[in-house]
Amino acid sequence: MASESVPTSTLASATHADSGAPEVISGAAAVVRTLELLGVTDVFGLPGGAILPVYDPLMDSKKLRHILVRHEQGAGHAAEGYASASGRVGVCIATSGPGATNLVTAIADAYMDSVPILAITGQVFSHLMGTDAFQEADIVGITMPITKHSFLVTKAEDIPATIAAAYHVCSTGRPGPVLVDITKDAQQAMAPFIWPPVMDLPGYRPVTKAHGKQIQAAAELIIEAKQPVFYVGGGIVRAGASAELLALAEAIGAPVVTTLMARGAFPDSHIQNLGMPGMHGTVPAVLALQDADLLITLGARFDDRVTGKAELFAPNAKVIHVDIDPAEIGKIRQVEVPIVGDAKDVLPDLLAAYAELANGKKLEISEWWATLNGLREEYPLGYTEPADGLLSPQYVISRIGEISGPEAVYASGVGQHQMWSAQFIKYERPNAWLNSGGAGTMGYSVPAAMGAKVSQPDRTVWAIDGDGCFQMTNQELATCTLNNIPIKVAIINNSSLGMVRQWQTLFYDGRHSNTDLNTGHDTVRVPDFVKLADAYGALGIRVTKKSEVDAAIKLAIETNDRPVVIDFVVSADAMVWPMVPQGVSNSYVQYAKDHAPTWDTDE
Amino acid sequence: MSTHVLSLLVEDKPGLLTRVAGLFARRGFNIESLAVGHSEIDGLSRITIVVDVDILPLEQITKQLNKLINVIKIVELDQTQSVQREHLLIKVRVDNASRSQVLEAVTLFRARVVDVATDAVVIEVTGDSGKVNALLRVLEPYGIKEIAQSGLLAIGRGSKSITERVFKN
Repeated sequence: MASESVPTSTLASATHADSGAPEVISGAAAVVRTLELLGVTDVFGLPGGAILPVYDPLMDSKKLRHILVRHEQGAGHAAEGYASASGRVGVCIATSGPGATNLVTAIADAYMDSVPILAITGQVFSHLMGTDAFQEADIVGITMPITKHSFLVTKAEDIPATIAAAYHVCSTGRPGPVLVDITKDAQQAMAPFIWPPVMDLPGYRPVTKAHGKQIQAAAELIIEAKQPVFYVGGGIVRAGASAELLALAEAIGAPVVTTLMARGAFPDSHIQNLGMPGMHGTVPAVLALQDADLLITLGARFDDRVTGKAELFAPNAKVIHVDIDPAEIGKIRQVEVPIVGDAKDVLPDLLAAYAELANGKKLEISEWWATLNGLREEYPLGYTEPADGLLSPQYVISRIGEISGPEAVYASGVGQHQMWSAQFIKYERPNAWLNSGGAGTMGYSVPAAMGAKVSQPDRTVWAIDGDGCFQMTNQELATCTLNNIPIKVAIINNSSLGMVRQWQTLFYDGRHSNTDLNTGHDTVRVPDFVKLADAYGALGIRVTKKSEVDAAIKLAIETNDRPVVIDFVVSADAMVWPMVPQGVSNSYVQYAKDHAPTWDTDE
Repeated sequence: MSTHVLSLLVEDKPGLLTRVAGLFARRGFNIESLAVGHSEIDGLSRITIVVDVDILPLEQITKQLNKLINVIKIVELDQTQSVQREHLLIKVRVDNASRSQVLEAVTLFRARVVDVATDAVVIEVTGDSGKVNALLRVLEPYGIKEIAQSGLLAIGRGSKSITERVFKN
């Protein structure tokens, strides 16, 4: 939803106006120049045979900073982190075959979470395509289901227009990954560089302005609601519509829940914010949705982790659904008022329509608030200290958030530490919380934090990672050290694949099959994260006691000449609560083990 | 469930058919029939897809197809408002005893014989699925050796065309 179009102001300088005729340059040089003219300043990548021509002019570029990663997946997640922290397009480059397929996980991740990334891959010579040539893979075919669009370029003269079109597609409408695969002969051939290029996208017309009739219908539903809830999703973050949301929510006065992807879209400190809904949401947020008579759904997509059993989700609610992607509306839940449009445009329109109807009168929802405030009081987010005397992971994460503050950026991996980071850090602004929500990609955190730090050099950037996740992508510490990207990594080291272990504890009779990683307390510590940090030129710190936590966090924040890795050795027994077991109604939310809230429900 | 006919105007780009077919496979929608060919405009193709789904999944299919960058327009063609035709080539076993009966059926159905051998004929028939199926039932007893069938083709009745509506905008 970010409306980043081709920045036309910079285009004039591109053509050689003096001579009239466009300059003839190689396709490879055209790749670099096109990226420069699109305003791209940072790219993450790793060269190889089929992309070699591009890397030659790239070396001379004054405007493009290329950051050499250690694995292409790292380049992909770095582009995601870069984009998610800044709202700009993230760019990654890889060679053909395995280089390209290594990007696939990150591309799929970006697709699920609507992250605008542009992936450029080299392809074997066009005359070799289809012959099983060395390092050949049909990456356009492979990425068809996980990109917004993918392009194959076999002619040098098509390069500027195709990359410009890809950039436009990935950054407008519902953002998402776009891949441009360029054959080696197209990179080597010479062609006139024509700018601005003519983009030919007759089938691409994202709707941004909503239908006035639907806005009016939505306002009418809101006026009549007794138990309305704003169900806010990541679309609000991507749309950059937090201010518009704040204005609308305050005018209406209804409670707000922010999904995993929307943490920070609405300030956590705001009195109307009930927290995160879903499988590990707060009790008030989960039950507010469940008992609502109206869901004002904004840029959310009724994900199964939010709805629980979808047929039993918010059974009495009418639904207003605002999304820029028409296909999201009605996909899971039939709605009363569908509104297709960009939240940044729709929310002010909705506010105006509502204000006119309300005519200064407040919604009568004080009973609703009384119920919800009761739940808030009775079921606040919390945790108990682990019985084994080891560090509480929730405590560590809370302290990271409290000490670093709302201006920092927090990128998490996937699992328990991700849920705790979503729960126990207070987010006050959008783009501060980065995670792999839809795909659930372990290993996202370190490279995403790296990308975020490149786009936000003045912010403290944390990678809050698990010991399992960290071992999937920690090679990018080398990239961080060598390129002066001082991220802070907090490994919440419970010596296991914690979320899987939690499910085994709860649903598989405590049979912990293949979830011990031997990295933590009382184990052989393979690997030893402090030594590993040291080997990568990062500052490694081990924290085992509560009394050491604050000092370590402060030291990490102060250390900016190299990355920092803190090995927080925590209890393996801590669990994520509240929890809605999979496949049941959200009415069965459990506050803690075997502790379900009393709640009037008709089911 | 009910049968719906979708007509897609698409850019004639490599991989287009994969994108459309892949979308159906990935989202778990079944294609009953598929016909692809050029449209009257250079660079644009027309795909006719028959799906057997309820209205709500159909809406989702249409929306998902619309998201494909190379898909320019989608219309559902109602049976009463459009002409819908299937095209079939049928190889039927014949002998001296049955040949005349088979040829009679061909005439009755306004089909054509397009190849004759001593022990078989190839029949070409065009029509809506009712007519085509009726002919198949009649020929069945003689022994159908082989069938090649096109996907359903459909076009709206009257003077409007889906391309002119696209390019008016």
